[in-house]
Amino acid sequence: MIPEIGHFALILALLVAFVQGTFPIIGAARGNAAWMGLAKPAARAQFLLIVLAFFCLAYAFAAKDYSVLYVASNSNSQLPLQFRIAAVWGGHEGSLLLWALILSLWTVAVSFFSKHLPDDMRARILAVMGLISIGFLLFMLTVSNPFERLIPAAMDGRDLNPLLQDPGMIFHPPMLYMGYVGFSVAFAISIAALLGGQLDAAWARWSRPWTILAWVFLTTGIMAGSNWAYYELGWGGWWFWDAVENASFMPWLVGTALIHSLAVTEKRGSFKAWTVLLAICAFSLSLLGTFLVRSGVLTSVHAFATDPRRGLFILIFLVVVIGGSLALFAWRAPKIGRGGKFDVVSRESFLLANNVLLAVAAISVLLGTLYPLFLDALGGGKISVGPPYFDSVFVPLMAPAVFLMGVGPFARWKQAPLPELALRLRWALGVSVATAIVLPLILGQWTPMKGLGLFLAFWVIATTANLLYQRLFVTGKSWQTQVKAASRSWWGMVIAHLGIGIFVLGVTIVKSYESEIAVRMHPGDVAHLAGYDFTLNGVKEVKGANYSAARGEISVSRNGVQKTVLFPEKRLYTVTNMPMTEAGISPGILHDLYASLGEPLDDGAWSVRIYYKPLVEWIWIGCLMMAFGGLLALSDRRYRLQKRRAEAN
Amino acid sequence: MKRFLLPLAIFLVVVGFLFKGLNLDPREVPSPLVGKPAPQFSLPQLGDAQKTFSPRDMLGQVWLFNVWASWCVACREEHPILVALSKQNIVPVYGMDYKDTREDAEQWLSQGGNPYLVTAVDADGRVGIDYGVYGVPETYVIDKAGVIAYKQIGPITEDALRDKILPLVKRLQAQ
Repeated sequence: MIPEIGHFALILALLVAFVQGTFPIIGAARGNAAWMGLAKPAARAQFLLIVLAFFCLAYAFAAKDYSVLYVASNSNSQLPLQFRIAAVWGGHEGSLLLWALILSLWTVAVSFFSKHLPDDMRARILAVMGLISIGFLLFMLTVSNPFERLIPAAMDGRDLNPLLQDPGMIFHPPMLYMGYVGFSVAFAISIAALLGGQLDAAWARWSRPWTILAWVFLTTGIMAGSNWAYYELGWGGWWFWDAVENASFMPWLVGTALIHSLAVTEKRGSFKAWTVLLAICAFSLSLLGTFLVRSGVLTSVHAFATDPRRGLFILIFLVVVIGGSLALFAWRAPKIGRGGKFDVVSRESFLLANNVLLAVAAISVLLGTLYPLFLDALGGGKISVGPPYFDSVFVPLMAPAVFLMGVGPFARWKQAPLPELALRLRWALGVSVATAIVLPLILGQWTPMKGLGLFLAFWVIATTANLLYQRLFVTGKSWQTQVKAASRSWWGMVIAHLGIGIFVLGVTIVKSYESEIAVRMHPGDVAHLAGYDFTLNGVKEVKGANYSAARGEISVSRNGVQKTVLFPEKRLYTVTNMPMTEAGISPGILHDLYASLGEPLDDGAWSVRIYYKPLVEWIWIGCLMMAFGGLLALSDRRYRLQKRRAEAN
Repeated sequence: MKRFLLPLAIFLVVVGFLFKGLNLDPREVPSPLVGKPAPQFSLPQLGDAQKTFSPRDMLGQVWLFNVWASWCVACREEHPILVALSKQNIVPVYGMDYKDTREDAEQWLSQGGNPYLVTAVDADGRVGIDYGVYGVPETYVIDKAGVIAYKQIGPITEDALRDKILPLVKRLQAQ
């Protein structure tokens, strides 16, 4: 009964989405206030219906209802409750439901925080989001129904893929989807502005907080996924240029460009057409990502079972949404006025360059991701494109972008005299060049990649420190007043940029100085790596809720002093009979010590891989700083003032 | 106007490829052996271990070479199709019993019917390595010159036989 209620709620949600997607948009075109007024209640009703459907599915999982096909395929009676709930989005149908839920959540948020918008604008925005929702609800109800019954019911479920039975599964997908889908708001605002023909500073100001919030979620989601891969896959890697990772990274790159170009559009009125295009592309790439993940046209570690009808459905949906909006863009963009003029050397030009580099980087990632498909479609055979391509294309594109990132905040709007810029940046340049040359020599051998990475990391950190210094100490006022005087969005920028520096530093150091050994160890044996002694004390059998595991105990000491104990596990999930590695990690600010248990060998020995990963945590700390910077910018007074002003009206 | 159409144009090209991609299976890897001479071997026959079988014996004929085993569940699926095919006398079917015991193999053929003119016994799987066998069943179509023209990975289905294998065999026989 409960699953049928969920199914019915989805059908009702689809009907409401039709109302939300059509009447307000027509009403806005004809100036019919009653029709426009339908948007808000429809958005809220749709949200409640999808929440109801979501709870019905979650209930079916919690109550172990194996007469629901999706529940039977993605959970098992032995699966602990938190993973049974997370299993709601562990498969195709449920992740679509999560997608629709999050879309309606964003829509409802827009309906509450849009009091300051003109009625027709708000009606159009909500209607565009309703139209997107129609696509996803139709997709679910036609070819991916999560509530489909399995009669007779299964005795027990087939279990959630053990790879997904991890706390990462609880946070990573919802965060990522919040980011992906959050770009739909900026997309809807852009489409609404194109439809209404009002592309002005106000449009950019409305888009900014939504875009930043979505970007914060996406950053955190990608970071969580990378961290999960790091400890779950047991290879010590943190990014694999896998097709599905790329699918989340492309919207991030374009979203980052969008945040910056929105700033220019709001403050200077420039780049309008470009900003609209970026807003369309950010969300289009999110949709494309969904297509790539869900259609099975590419192979990936995230590979899912596929059904060609599903792929065709999403493709048609892509053509309608992306094709339609790009056609609208081509039709309306020529009428968008040009913004203020600016010099070749100015903050605008630096931001434009940064935008172009980010966009080209996104395109190159797209090309690498789709290249195997292109080649196969042209009959050129099967190939896979891996890290060698991405590393060699991505680094040369990102290096100048990161360099310009240090310069941009110093440059003035409209025109920035080069000599003055050079003067303000000279010591940051000195520090970073010196570090890039000296540090690798102290630590060992100098190589161009080490030098480049360190230069960029210290360049960003030094220029940002310089920016802080000049803002706080050189003005003549006390630094305490200056701290308060600086806007939160300025602080957000500083912290996010520092985050990039920390990230680049982490990547460079871990790539250059990580070390690993693969050894066979009997209990009692000692292995040596990076000055640490790793002693395998023994391997014990332990029982988990739905798995049995061999858990190694490796004590780590340095110069005879015990530092930590690692507990790598080799788990066997009993239902699916799938082995999984759980790395034993001792994380630290300076380095991680990482051990993973391999196969038991015939004479009672175990194969063990041990890794020494200096500064690896900085990669994720850097990401968190970027996300935190975004949050700070969001809390800026300008957005709150706007709200208060709107409430006063 | 034109430059604003560019994003749409690029998108439509990508869509074209994505559409084509829907009908391609990225996991299907073609065998590197297709178009190359079938690797030579000489193996004892099932039923009479004194006699041997070698692909050289088959020069001048188009033939199917089916790798199977009694322990292979998927082989049970394709077996009736092979038995029916062998009765039609369109193309000779030769088998290779892969990593199996003679007793089990003989019992399986006596139960399910024997579609093979001769079955070679590859008890330790060495010849299987030469042929790049990575799962049983696999079937090779080999032409008159002893060149592998096609490799079917997994069981032969009615569709695969009707749409791919038999038309290919007819074309090769006409050469």
